[in-house]
Amino acid sequence: MRAHRPSGARGAGAAPYLFLAPAVVLFTLFTAVPIVYTAYLSLRRTKVSGLGLGRGARREVFAGLDNYRAAVGDGELWAGWLRVLGYGAIVLTVMLGLALLFALLLDSAHVRLARFSRIALFLPYAVPGVVATLLWGFLYLPSVTPLRDLGIDAVLLGPGTVTFSMANIAVWGGTGFNMLVLYTALRAVPRTYYEAARIDGASERQIALRIKIPILMPAIILTTVFSVIATVQVFTEPTALRPLTNTISSTWSPLMKVYRDAFVNGDLYSAAATSIVIAAISLVLSFGFLRVVRDRAFQEG
Amino acid sequence: MAVTTGTAATHRTLRRPLRPYGAAPTAILLLGAVYCLLPVSWVLIAATKSKAELFSTATFAPGTGLAANIADLAAYRGGVFWLWMLNTLVYAGGGALLSTAVSAVSGYTLAKYRFRGRNVIFNVLIGGILVPSVVLAIPQYVLFSSIGLAGSYWSVLLPQILHPYSIYLARVYAGAAIPDSLLEAGRIDGAGHWLLLRRVALPLMMPGMVTIFLFQFVAIWNNFLLPFIMLGDDRTFPLTVGLYTLLAAGANQPALYNLIITGALVSLIPLIALFLTMQRYWRTDLSSGAVKS
Repeated sequence: MRAHRPSGARGAGAAPYLFLAPAVVLFTLFTAVPIVYTAYLSLRRTKVSGLGLGRGARREVFAGLDNYRAAVGDGELWAGWLRVLGYGAIVLTVMLGLALLFALLLDSAHVRLARFSRIALFLPYAVPGVVATLLWGFLYLPSVTPLRDLGIDAVLLGPGTVTFSMANIAVWGGTGFNMLVLYTALRAVPRTYYEAARIDGASERQIALRIKIPILMPAIILTTVFSVIATVQVFTEPTALRPLTNTISSTWSPLMKVYRDAFVNGDLYSAAATSIVIAAISLVLSFGFLRVVRDRAFQEG
Repeated sequence: MAVTTGTAATHRTLRRPLRPYGAAPTAILLLGAVYCLLPVSWVLIAATKSKAELFSTATFAPGTGLAANIADLAAYRGGVFWLWMLNTLVYAGGGALLSTAVSAVSGYTLAKYRFRGRNVIFNVLIGGILVPSVVLAIPQYVLFSSIGLAGSYWSVLLPQILHPYSIYLARVYAGAAIPDSLLEAGRIDGAGHWLLLRRVALPLMMPGMVTIFLFQFVAIWNNFLLPFIMLGDDRTFPLTVGLYTLLAAGANQPALYNLIITGALVSLIPLIALFLTMQRYWRTDLSSGAVKS
């Protein structure tokens, strides 16, 4: 490092670099190297010579973009994307819609039992995805469901309903955290903003729609981007729900297919290519969303 | 999306601008609370049902088998369930401690030092948040296997220490909670960087570090994919993977269902206790520099 005279901490020297060394080393080992290695693996394949028996019969060779071609042309993967698209559309709209609604209601001054509601709504955040799936999964079983007690004969894990049932688990688990993010952002707004509006005769609903939601926009965008990234990678809920129903295939979501390719079929190369495709799609979706939001913001401004 | 605040609010006059509106907001919030408490209250009741009662009695009718269920759970495969609890504590507790330490020191450095490459380092570390974990999981497994550590505690602990969002939170918190004048005064008195970090910065950052610890604890506790990929021996499993394997086995052995439900309840107790006792630290915004009570 070149000797540098900083303005803030005079003569800091090597100290900041030493303090950051653990983070940089961890980043290199567990983020940077794995990314490069995945990209490398995605361009390789196993070449089998002869009958594939004996030493040296299986070699790793350069495959170019073959794995990507296979991933893009894979019908099962596309079917997975379609399933996740339907599932994600439900999860994102319902979860973020409810999170926003609850945050606005909690922030409006005159709600009874607000503290109890806030804690109860945030509680599912403390329940791991596997356990949440397990609890709801049992509640979906025909012999356990409370709907049976009500005399309703519903098939909750059938081919037509399983997407909704799964989306419900994600909504249940995710609403509380997103609500907390939005609620925290709302609490940081000086109350005087609303006083002025009230004196001008604005109703609570108008204050929510015209003042609070625009103020919340950055937080809404942030929670949406994180939710999109998480939804594209959905794995835990369908995996943990599988033992309770036979309507979920082992390749229900793209990430489940990556897992199966890599660890059941032992084909790390095509799994690596598929995981890069998933990463690319989630980046395109989140940046695309940010772009749309930014363009709209500029039009209005 | 409609925000229901009651129609009365639209008729407010200037005379009483702060009066409450209808009962609708309270009712909606309570409905949401009931929805959120439903599965948790069910598991509390279902854990008391015996094998015969689980699939026959009404969903929310308490049963008579709690003691037997807990005894069965404790006896399952020589008490492996308690090992899962202990492992979870090691992964989530140990991982969150290390993560908080790394995040706090990094956040403090990024907030309070001016040095070459500061913004580059910050942006690269934060950029990690956009990398989907799926791209990392396979190579992490291959790399750990190649050094013979796949399946070890380290293979689950180490990849989860660095967390971009925690570093971001720590930086924001350090910026707000540590006055520059205090650091300057310390420097004039001849305190070194290490001493300032230990005696000035970290004590002031303590409340923010608790928040980071909690979020990290839950994130690691929640992570299913990484331990699911890395671990093969059920004595190293965390609760999530252990309960999943029980559930997968239960597809052929429905007798295990009581164990799974009881296990789910027991596994939730410490987390919910932590959650309720640490209420004031659950914040997603640390910019005010202080955690309010």
